[in-house]
Amino acid sequence: MPSYVIPDKCDGCKALDKTACQYVCPNDLMVLDKEKMKAYNQDPAMCWECMCCVKICPVQAMEVRGYADFVPLKAFVTPLRSSDSILWTVKFRNGTLKRFKFPIRTTPEGSAVPDGGFATGTDDLKSPLLFTEPESTKCGGLPKVK
Amino acid sequence: MANFETVEVTTDVLICGGGMAACGAAVEAAYWAKKNNLKVTLVDKAAMDRSGAVAMGLSAINQYVDVNSGANTVEDYVEYVRNDLMGITREDLVANIARHVDSTVHLFEKWGLPIWTDADGKYVHEGRWQLMINGESYKVVVAEAAKNALGADNIYERVFITEPLVDDAGNCVGAVGFSVRENKFYVFKAKAVVAAMGGAVHVFKPRSSGEGLGRSWYPPFNSGASAYFTIKAGAEMTCQEVRFIPVRFKDAYGPVGAWFLLFKSRATNGLGENYMETRRDELEKWKPYGLVKPVPANLRNWLMMLDVMEGKGPIYMRTEEAIQKIVDDVPDPKAQKKKLKEVESEAWEDFLDMTISQAILWAATNTFPEEAPSEIAACEPYFIGSHSGASGAWVSGPEDLAPEEYFWGYANMTTVKGLFAAGDASGASSHKFSSGSHAEGRIAAKSAVRYAVENPNMGSVDGGKIDELKATILKPLDLFEQSQGGSTDPDVNPNYIRPKQFMFRLQKIMDEYAGGVSTNFTTNEQLLNKGLELLDFLREDSESLCAEGHHELMRCWENIHRMWQAEAHVRTILFRDETRWPGYYFRADRPAMKDDWKVFANCKYNAADGKWEMIKRDIKTVY
Ligand SMILES: Cc1cc2nc3c(=O)[nH]c(=O)nc-3n(C[C@H](O)[C@H](O)[C@H](O)COP(=O)(O)OP(=O)(O)OC[C@H]3O[C@@H](n4cnc5c(N)ncnc54)[C@H](O)[C@@H]3O)c2cc1C
Ligand code: SF4
Ligand code: SF4
Repeated sequence: MPSYVIPDKCDGCKALDKTACQYVCPNDLMVLDKEKMKAYNQDPAMCWECMCCVKICPVQAMEVRGYADFVPLKAFVTPLRSSDSILWTVKFRNGTLKRFKFPIRTTPEGSAVPDGGFATGTDDLKSPLLFTEPESTKCGGLPKVK
Repeated sequence: MANFETVEVTTDVLICGGGMAACGAAVEAAYWAKKNNLKVTLVDKAAMDRSGAVAMGLSAINQYVDVNSGANTVEDYVEYVRNDLMGITREDLVANIARHVDSTVHLFEKWGLPIWTDADGKYVHEGRWQLMINGESYKVVVAEAAKNALGADNIYERVFITEPLVDDAGNCVGAVGFSVRENKFYVFKAKAVVAAMGGAVHVFKPRSSGEGLGRSWYPPFNSGASAYFTIKAGAEMTCQEVRFIPVRFKDAYGPVGAWFLLFKSRATNGLGENYMETRRDELEKWKPYGLVKPVPANLRNWLMMLDVMEGKGPIYMRTEEAIQKIVDDVPDPKAQKKKLKEVESEAWEDFLDMTISQAILWAATNTFPEEAPSEIAACEPYFIGSHSGASGAWVSGPEDLAPEEYFWGYANMTTVKGLFAAGDASGASSHKFSSGSHAEGRIAAKSAVRYAVENPNMGSVDGGKIDELKATILKPLDLFEQSQGGSTDPDVNPNYIRPKQFMFRLQKIMDEYAGGVSTNFTTNEQLLNKGLELLDFLREDSESLCAEGHHELMRCWENIHRMWQAEAHVRTILFRDETRWPGYYFRADRPAMKDDWKVFANCKYNAADGKWEMIKRDIKTVY
C-alpha cells in the first residue's frame, strides 16, 4: 500500500530546510505542502511501500495502507526503528496481533570505518588485490581461480 | 529556456549512482585516490542511505563463496552461474567477482551488518551460496562506510544523471544531470567515470496497474539509467535479451528464497501436483542445462508457466507443509513449540526486511503460513544484470584472468575509454547480487583510478555542445510552460505528452509485442518488428514530453532511459535466432536452443548515423 500522512501528527518537521520523509524517499515522492505545513505522497501509484519514510518520520506521522487494487482493508504493519533494532507490529484483518523485534546493526550509528579494521594491504595499483586484501579475504591471500 | 544555473564540478573519478556497486566503488576509489592525489565524486538521484534496490533492506546476502572454510572454490561458483545462464556467461568476470566477494562480506560484518551465526559462530547459510542476515539497515550500513570514505563534500544527492559526456576522440569524460530540488544543471568533468545506476523496471507493463503500479518486485526508482548512459556513450552492450522474471509470492512479490532453500518448501499446482516432478521430461529438451542441479532459474519458471498455461493454477508455495516438516523433525513436544515460534519469526522477518507489502498482504488476508499455503506467480520482466538476468555493458576482464579477446587494458572498462561499469550496469556476469555488486564496484573503481593516473590529460567537450545538452534536457519544462494554455485540462493537451502516459505507452508496446505478462512472455519475429515500428513513433514523441516541475522532469528522463533499454532488448531478442531462456521469454517461431547460438548477442548504438550494430561474440572459457 502507498504511504500516507496523518495530518494531526505531521508537524512539517518543524519547518527545517528539508523534511525527513522528503530527504529519504528513494523515489522522490514525499513533498511538503508549505501552506498547511503537512507532507503528502505526490504519486501513491509509484510508491514501493518500502517504508523508508515511515521509519524515519520523527513523530510517527506516516503509515502505509495496502495497495487498494489488491489488498483487502484493515491490516497494518507498523515499524518502530531505534538505533540498534526494529520492532514490528502486524495487525491482521481479523484483529490478530503479532509483534517481532529484530536487530538492525551491531555497531554504533556512524561508526563504520571503511577499512573495517583490516590491514590496508598492497600499495600497488596494478595488483589484483583490493583495498584491505588479502587480510579481509580471511584465507591468507586472494582465492585461487585455478 | 528554464532558468537553471549551470554548476560545473571537476573531478578525477566520477561515480554515477549510490547503490551497492557505487558504495563499493566509493570505498575503494577513496583509498587509491588519496594515495595518488586524485579527487572522487559520487552522484545519486536519491539519498544514499536508502537508495537503489536495497533501500528497504534485504534478508540474505546472496553471494558468499566461503573459500576460507574450504566449502567451495571460485570454480564452483563459475560453474553454477554458467549453468544457470544456459551456458552464456563471462567466466573471467564471474571468477573475478567471486574471488573478491568474501572480502566484501567480511567488511560488511565489521561495519555492523548482523549476519546470522550458529552456536559455533559459523555463518548460517540459506542455501549453498547465501547467508542469512538481519538486513533491515543493510543499505544504511553500507552507505555509511562509503560516505565516511568520501566525505560529504564529494557527494551529490538528488542529482539525476541524464547523459554521458563524450569527447571528440570518443572517450567518456564526465556526465551531466540536474538537481531534482533546485534550479541547477550539473556538469561533471572527470578523467574516469563509473556507471553504477542499477537496472530497469516499468519497461514492461506490471501485473498491477492501479494503485499497486509501484509494487513491482524491482524498485520503481531504477529506470534504466545505466543502460542508457552506456549505450549513449557508444559502449558495446551484451545480453540485452537476458531479462529476469522472478517467481515470487503472488501480487506483493515477497521473496521465495528462504522458503525454497532454508525451509525446503515445495510448490504445487491447483491439483496438488509438483511441476518439478510431473514435467521433468521437459527438462530433457534444454540439456545439458536442463539436467544440472540446481535446475536453472528460467527452466524452473518455465515448468511452472506450462502448468499455468494449461489451466492448472493456482500455484502454491506449500508453507504449511514445510513448517510442519521442520517441526516434526524436533522430537520433544516442548521444543516443537519453540521451533514453531522460531520459524514463524524467521518467515515474517524475511518479508519485513525486504518486502513489507507481502507482510501486509498476509495480514490483510488472514494468512498464517503454518496453516495454509500461499500463491506464487511469475512477476513481469525486469533488467537486472546483477541478479539472474545478465543485461549490461560489455566490459574488459581482469588482466590476470581474461582470455585475450576479453581484455582491453582495464578491468571493468566498457568499450568506451574512461567509462567503467559495475553491478547491474555490467553484463554477462550474473548472480553477483548485493555483495558481488559491491565487490565489482570495488574492482571497477580501483581500475578507474588506475586509468585516471595513467591517462592524466583530461579530454573535454566544448561549451556549445554542453549548452545544447542543457537545452534538450530542460526542454520538457519549457514545453509545458509554453503549451499549457492549449487546453483546459493540463493532462490532455495536443502539444505534449505527460511522462506517465508515455510510460504506459512504452509498457503496452513491450507487453504486447516483446513478450510481457499478457502474452505469457511469448513473442515472434513479426511481433518484434511491429514493436520496433511503434517504438519509433514513441521515440519521436519523446521530444514532446512535458514537465511541470523538477519531479516530473526526472520522470521524463527516466522514461527516455527506459525506452532505450526497451529498444536494445527488442533488437537483441530479434537477433538471437533461437529460444535459450524459456521462462524468461519464448520465441514461438524459434522454439528451441541452437548449438550455433551458444554465443553472446551484443549490440552497439552508433550516434553518428543513428543505427544499431548487432554483433556475435564467441564464448571463451577460463576453465
Ligand atoms: C526485490 C529485490 C530483492 C533482492 N534480494 C536480494 C537478496 O536477498 N540478497 C542479495 O544479495 N541481493 C538481492 N537483490 C539484488 C541486489 O539488490 C542487487 O544485485 C544490487 O542492489 C545491485 O547493485 P547496483 O549498485 O547495481 O544497483 P542498486 O543497488 O539498485 O543502486 C542503483 C543506484 O543508482 C541510483 N540511480 C539510478 N538512476 C540514477 C540516475 N539517473 N542518476 C543518479 N543515480 C541514479 C539509485 O538511486 C541507486 O543509488 C535483490 C534485488 C531486488 C530488486
Ligand atoms: S517526516 Fe513526518 S513530521 Fe516530517 S514532514 Fe514527513 S510526515 Fe511530517
Ligand atoms: S514507502 Fe518508500 S516509496 Fe513510498 S513514499 Fe515512503 S519512502 Fe517513498
